[in-house]
Amino acid sequence: MERVALFITCVNDALFPETPKAVVTVLERLGYEVDFPAAQTCCGQMHANSGYKDDATRLARAFDDVFGGYDAIVTPSGSCAAMARDQYPHLTGSGIGRRVHELSEFLVDVAGVEDVGAHFPHTVTYHPTCHGTRALGLGDKPLRLLRAVGGIDLVGLPAADQCCGFGGTFALKNSEVSSAMLADKCANAAATGAEYLAAADNSCLTHIGGGVSRSGGPRPIHYAEILASTA
Amino acid sequence: MNAREEILARMREALQDASPAPEVPREYRRALDPGVDIVAVLVDRLVDYKATVHHGTAAIERALEGARRVAVPADLPAQWRVGSAEFVEDRGLTTEELDAVDAVLTGCAAAVAVSGTIMLDAGEAQGRRALTLVPDHHVVVVRRDQIVGHLAEALPRLDPAAPQTWISGPSATSDIELQRVEGVHGPRRLDVVIADERTGPLAGPAA
Amino acid sequence: MNDIVPAASLIPADAPFPKAAKVALGMPQLRKNLAHATGTIRAKRAKVAGELDDWEQLRDTAAAVKAGVQRRLPELAMRFEERATAAGAVVHWARDAAEANAIAARLVREAGAEEVVKVKSMATQEIELNEHFAAEGLRAFETDLAELIVQLAEDKPSHILVPAIHYNRTEIRDIFDQRMGDAPAGLTDDPAALAEAARLHLRRRFLSATVAVSGANFAIAETGSLVVVESEGNGRMCLTMPETLISIVGIEKLLPETADLEVFMQLLPRSSTGERMNPYTSVWTGVREGDGPRHVHVILLDNGRTNVLADEVGRQALSCIRCSACLNVCPVYERTGGHAYGHVYPGPIGAILAPQLEPGRHDDLPYASSLCGACYEVCPVKIDIPEVLVHLRQQGPHAAGERAAMGAAEAVMARPRLWRTALRAARLGSMPWRRKGFVRRMPWPASKWTVSRDLPVPPKESFRDWWKERER
Ligand code: SF4
Repeated sequence: MERVALFITCVNDALFPETPKAVVTVLERLGYEVDFPAAQTCCGQMHANSGYKDDATRLARAFDDVFGGYDAIVTPSGSCAAMARDQYPHLTGSGIGRRVHELSEFLVDVAGVEDVGAHFPHTVTYHPTCHGTRALGLGDKPLRLLRAVGGIDLVGLPAADQCCGFGGTFALKNSEVSSAMLADKCANAAATGAEYLAAADNSCLTHIGGGVSRSGGPRPIHYAEILASTA
Repeated sequence: MNAREEILARMREALQDASPAPEVPREYRRALDPGVDIVAVLVDRLVDYKATVHHGTAAIERALEGARRVAVPADLPAQWRVGSAEFVEDRGLTTEELDAVDAVLTGCAAAVAVSGTIMLDAGEAQGRRALTLVPDHHVVVVRRDQIVGHLAEALPRLDPAAPQTWISGPSATSDIELQRVEGVHGPRRLDVVIADERTGPLAGPAA
Repeated sequence: MNDIVPAASLIPADAPFPKAAKVALGMPQLRKNLAHATGTIRAKRAKVAGELDDWEQLRDTAAAVKAGVQRRLPELAMRFEERATAAGAVVHWARDAAEANAIAARLVREAGAEEVVKVKSMATQEIELNEHFAAEGLRAFETDLAELIVQLAEDKPSHILVPAIHYNRTEIRDIFDQRMGDAPAGLTDDPAALAEAARLHLRRRFLSATVAVSGANFAIAETGSLVVVESEGNGRMCLTMPETLISIVGIEKLLPETADLEVFMQLLPRSSTGERMNPYTSVWTGVREGDGPRHVHVILLDNGRTNVLADEVGRQALSCIRCSACLNVCPVYERTGGHAYGHVYPGPIGAILAPQLEPGRHDDLPYASSLCGACYEVCPVKIDIPEVLVHLRQQGPHAAGERAAMGAAEAVMARPRLWRTALRAARLGSMPWRRKGFVRRMPWPASKWTVSRDLPVPPKESFRDWWKERER
């Protein structure tokens, strides 16, 4: 049985345990042995992107210490995977990012599967997150996985490629602009009439969900949880 | 230090520890696929720009319709001076005189099909820049052998030291709500005559 | 008919970006105009860029050519000077805006003129040439339609390519009607009628002007030629009709060879106006007997560019060809417009260029981005704008409070035990909200979040507890 390490990310660690649980479910269903190195914390993205290079460098080193011994590291976050791949080489010279796979990359490219045996009888719309799509180049991999889910009704999201306005500390520093972007994303999501809005990153989903919880619209869900579902 | 010396010194200092420049890849296209009908592509693009296209030098007369006085470069071939208009040779016409003619008739140096671009380089039958700018109606004759598919094929045909004007359709603006509107300061009417002749006074292998 | 209120007078240019942006966000007509215009141009660009099957190869070449130019700048600048001079041009060098303005004003005076016609040029906006001329008793007339609109409205440009992008056709009609003087009676808001009005307004001026001022899109070192890319023909008028032509050119505009145009002249028009080719491109090399201006001057401008050149990561901002594609796709620019940036270069390129050209003056701009990467995706010269934004954030100053908070977070995150303790504390601390499932109001600074979004509360059982339970 092949062994993979799970990097759950700090956001999921603090707020969204269901997502990493779902990743474990899917990987084990496909026959992988999943390891959870308990010393893991944060990839350092918030620090790096907010301009705190030294802090980010320390966190990048810690990541290397925790995950250095694994050949494959799977994470349910496009932006954390992009951080490791794009920024670690500049911060620490570490090439570990090449072994960090966002879940859909791992499933489609490494495991070579699209149908993971899930069933989810609901209408779902999909928001391609910016880092996942542009920095990581996920393309339609998450969508291909979703299309193979039994019972699912996928509906298109208008202006899907537009940023939701999260951007880490951008949401605080430029709160008004961020809120204006969010309002458009929420309106487009609501217009789909879907029950769920899926994405590859819980930080973006927190942002969109925080808006939708006021304006109404589909429930945010990480696509890993859909892939885990057999209901 | 004067400004020149100081700026050059600043540049050199700024570049002291610069990493070496990357190799320049040249993987892009320099021609259209063989077999593409470049005349058809050129016509399609010109029409898209709202230029009017004619075929054969006999059509020059129709292209000039409505023009009584037509400015021409002094070396414009005689066989292009067709129709009943009065042809006024540019031997130092004043701005006012240029402004008073109804049209201008010239040749060109090259034409690029894929972008619908007609290129002037002050060479034979083209005249100086003001000649093709001030009159409100420009009729330009393009010989078939002057048409190339791709920009990369056209540049070597131009005289790099001469003033060049590349024309892609009549004057236009996109400044209002980013919608293209034809007709501002340059000639508002552009007629392109595609001449069949491959030889004649203007023949000769370009580049 | 409405009174004309220039947008720039409402949006405080000196305020930090978030403040200025807030004002712009509160202007519904402005937002509508911007959304409409940027949406139109985005679609056009995507279509014509998609037509070329070698678009990515062209971008790779352009990026490498520009990177090479930056490394060879002294050599290329000197070669340009030598060739242009040999062709009859006079080349001047200006360390900064004041020097460039002074040279230009002196040349206008020497030509015996008090007025000049101008082709739209970002370099002259950057050095505020018009304002400087006015202070010296000289007048500069903008001839590009959008620049004319902005000048008549006594406003400031809000976009690199379409300075009047923040006005719709009706507002433009009102500006012409009230400010042009010779606007035709009964002028409608039909764009063709507005363009016609501009033609009539400027025609006499073009035909009688003796001095013109331009910028350049490219300067070719091999030949000493300058290139101006335009649409309306106002450029051709300015470059051809006057006796004297003064071109102010940033040193980063150099290209090694004429053949490089085969790359850049495919990328620029498709990226900027979304056309296969712009209506007019002019190329000139010094003075040509009997054809065009008899006195040709070129002012090579530094004005902070060598600062940018010194930064290994930031240097790529000098590759910019001012196509404005990054503005048009930017979700921030689309909602705030250009004035909020408080600099002639707005949008993503402004956010990386302004703080480097004027160090210490625009430290808020690198944060005016969600790092969504849409700009990098369209940039024809492949400037990695998000990379430079993050780099500039890492160079710039940080507020003490934020610095402390980030340091504290890192201290916790770098120690797994502390991190686990902190997570447990957060779960306990959020007990009161547990039943509702979210938090609606928080004290500052978290209120910046809760102003428009609810915050989820930590779950009862963490993933770690679940995992431990399972391992047993
Ligand atoms: S940064 Fe790139 S996309 Fe933006 S204006 Fe410059 S060249 Fe165009």
